[in-house]
Amino acid sequence: MRSRDWGLRIGTGLFGLVLIAIVAAIGLELSRQSTLSIQKFGIDFWRTQTWDPVAGEFGAFPFIWGTLYSSILALALAAPIAVGIAIFISEFCPTWLKQPLIFLTELLAAIPSIVYGLWGIFVLVPAVRALEVSMPATLRQLPFFSGPPLGVGMLSAVLILAIMIIPFTSSVSREVLKAVPVAQREAAYALGATRLEAIRAALFYARTGIVGAIMLGFGRALGETMAVTMVIGNNPQVSWSLFAPQYTMAAVIANEFTEAADDLYLHALIEIGLVLFAITLIVNSLSRLLIWSMASTQRQSSAAVAIAGEAAA
Amino acid sequence: MNRTARRKLLSAVFVGACTACVLVALIPLALILFFVVSQGISALNIEFFTHMPTPVGEPGGGMANAIVGTLILIGLGAVIAVPVGILSGVYMAEYSGSRLAGAIRFAADTLNGVPSIVIGIFVYGIAVLPFQQFSTLAGCVALGTMMIPIIARTTEELLLLVPATMREGALALGATRARAVFTVIMPAALPGIVTGVVLALARIAGETAPLLFTAFNNRFFSTRLDQPIASLTVQVYTYAISPYEDWHRQAWAGALVLVTIVLLCSVLSRFATRRLERMHAR
Repeated sequence: MRSRDWGLRIGTGLFGLVLIAIVAAIGLELSRQSTLSIQKFGIDFWRTQTWDPVAGEFGAFPFIWGTLYSSILALALAAPIAVGIAIFISEFCPTWLKQPLIFLTELLAAIPSIVYGLWGIFVLVPAVRALEVSMPATLRQLPFFSGPPLGVGMLSAVLILAIMIIPFTSSVSREVLKAVPVAQREAAYALGATRLEAIRAALFYARTGIVGAIMLGFGRALGETMAVTMVIGNNPQVSWSLFAPQYTMAAVIANEFTEAADDLYLHALIEIGLVLFAITLIVNSLSRLLIWSMASTQRQSSAAVAIAGEAAA
Repeated sequence: MNRTARRKLLSAVFVGACTACVLVALIPLALILFFVVSQGISALNIEFFTHMPTPVGEPGGGMANAIVGTLILIGLGAVIAVPVGILSGVYMAEYSGSRLAGAIRFAADTLNGVPSIVIGIFVYGIAVLPFQQFSTLAGCVALGTMMIPIIARTTEELLLLVPATMREGALALGATRARAVFTVIMPAALPGIVTGVVLALARIAGETAPLLFTAFNNRFFSTRLDQPIASLTVQVYTYAISPYEDWHRQAWAGALVLVTIVLLCSVLSRFATRRLERMHAR
C-alpha cells in the first residue's frame, strides 16, 4: 500500500517540478539571450543615458529611472488608500456592505491592463492635461512641474499605476488584519481605547504583513506594461518632472522588441527584461517572506494562548 | 474631559479618512466602467462578432478573427496549463508539509509575480526564435505559462477546504491515498476547481504583453498553429494607439467585450466558491 502512495507522490510531484523548472528556465534563457550586451557594456549599461539603436549605443538608465520613479510615486499614493480600505472593510464596515465592497475591489483588480490603458489614453490623459494647463505659474517653477503640459507623461502613469495596485495591496492587507487575534482588539477596547487607538495596536501587530502587502503592490507596479506604455509618453529621459514624458523598462521592451533588427539591440532589450525579472523576483520573495513570517508568528502566539489556557485549567 | 473629547475626535476623523479611501478607490472603477460601457455599446453590434476588420477609412467591420484567435489561444493554453496546474496543486495539498511542496509553492508565487512582458520574452526565446516565426503555438505557450501558477494555487486552496472527515472516511474504508484523492476529495472540490480554471482563463484572456511577440497579430482569419494569429487584446492595443476615429470606436467595443467576460466570470466564481465555503462550514 505504501508503494502505491509513492505512485501518487511521484506522479503529481513531477508536475510540481515543472513549475520550478519554468522559473529556472526563465532566468537561464534571459541570461543566455543577453550575453552580447552584458559582455559589451557591462555595468555601464545601467549608468549611461544614451539609447541610440542606430549607433549601437545602449544605456538603460532612463528606463530603470522611469520604472522606479513611477512605481515609488504610485506606491506612495496607493499604499495609504489601500491600507485605509483594508481597515474600513475589516473594522468599520457594516456586515451587509462587506461582501459587495470586497467584490468591487476585486473587480478593480480583474480589469485587464489593456482596458486601463485605453481608458488612460482617452479619458485620463486629457483630464491630466487640463489639470497641468490650469496649474498656477508659480508652481510651474518647481522642478516637479516643469516642461510643457502634454498630458502623456509621468503623472498619468503614476495615477494609472496607483489605481491598478490599490486592490492588490488592500486585499492582502485585509487578510493580514484578519490574522490579528480578536483578543488584541477586545483588550484595547476593554481598557477604554477609542477605535483609532485599538486599530493602531492591531496595525502595530500586523506591521510586517502590511509592509509585505505594500511590497507586493510595488512588485506589480514594477512589471506593469500595457497601461503604462500607453500613457507615459515613451521618451527615454531622466527627469524629476511629473509632466515629462518618460519611459519604463517594461514599456521599452513592449515597444521596441519586434523592431530590434540586430542581435546587440535584441540582447540589450532582453538584458532589461532580465533585470526586471530579477528585481520583481527579489521584491516578491521579500514580500512573501514578510507575509509568511506574520502568519507564522500568529500561529506561535495562538499556540502560546492554547498552552496558557491549558496551564490555567 | 478635554483630552477624552480630543481622542474621540481623532478617532472619528480616522474613521472618516478610511471611508474616504474606499470612495476614492471606487471613483476610478465607476469612471472606467462608465466609459467602457457608454463608448463600447455604441460601437458594438452583430457585425463586431461576425465581420473581419476593414481597411482604414472603410466604416463597419468587426473583430471576428481576433475573437476566434483569443478563444484558440486561451483554449490551447489551458490544454497545457490545466494538467500541470491541477496535479501540482494536488501535490501541494497532499504533501503540504514537505520541502518540495514549499519549493513548488514558492515557484508558483514567483511565476505569478513575473511581469507578463518577461514571460513574453522568455517564450520568444524558446518558441519563436528557433523557428524564426511568430506563431499561435508560441502564444499558447506564453498564456499557458501564466495560467499554471494560478490554477495550481487555486487547486491547492480548494482541496484543503474539503473536510478532513471525507478523506479519513475514504482511508478508513481501505482506499489508497491516490484513490481517496481522485475519487473522493477531487470530486468534492471539483466545482471550485472548475471555476478556478474559468477565472484563470478570464484573467489570461485579458493579457496583451505576452502576446506581442509570440502570437503577434494577423489582419486575416487564421486558425493555423504555425502562423501568427490575432487576439482581442492585441487588436484593441493596435486600434487604441492608431490615429483613426473608427478604430478607436472598435477598440472601445473590444474593451467592453473583455470587461464583460471578466465580470461574468467573477460573478460565476463567487457563487461557486461560496457554495464550497458553506460546505466547509458545515
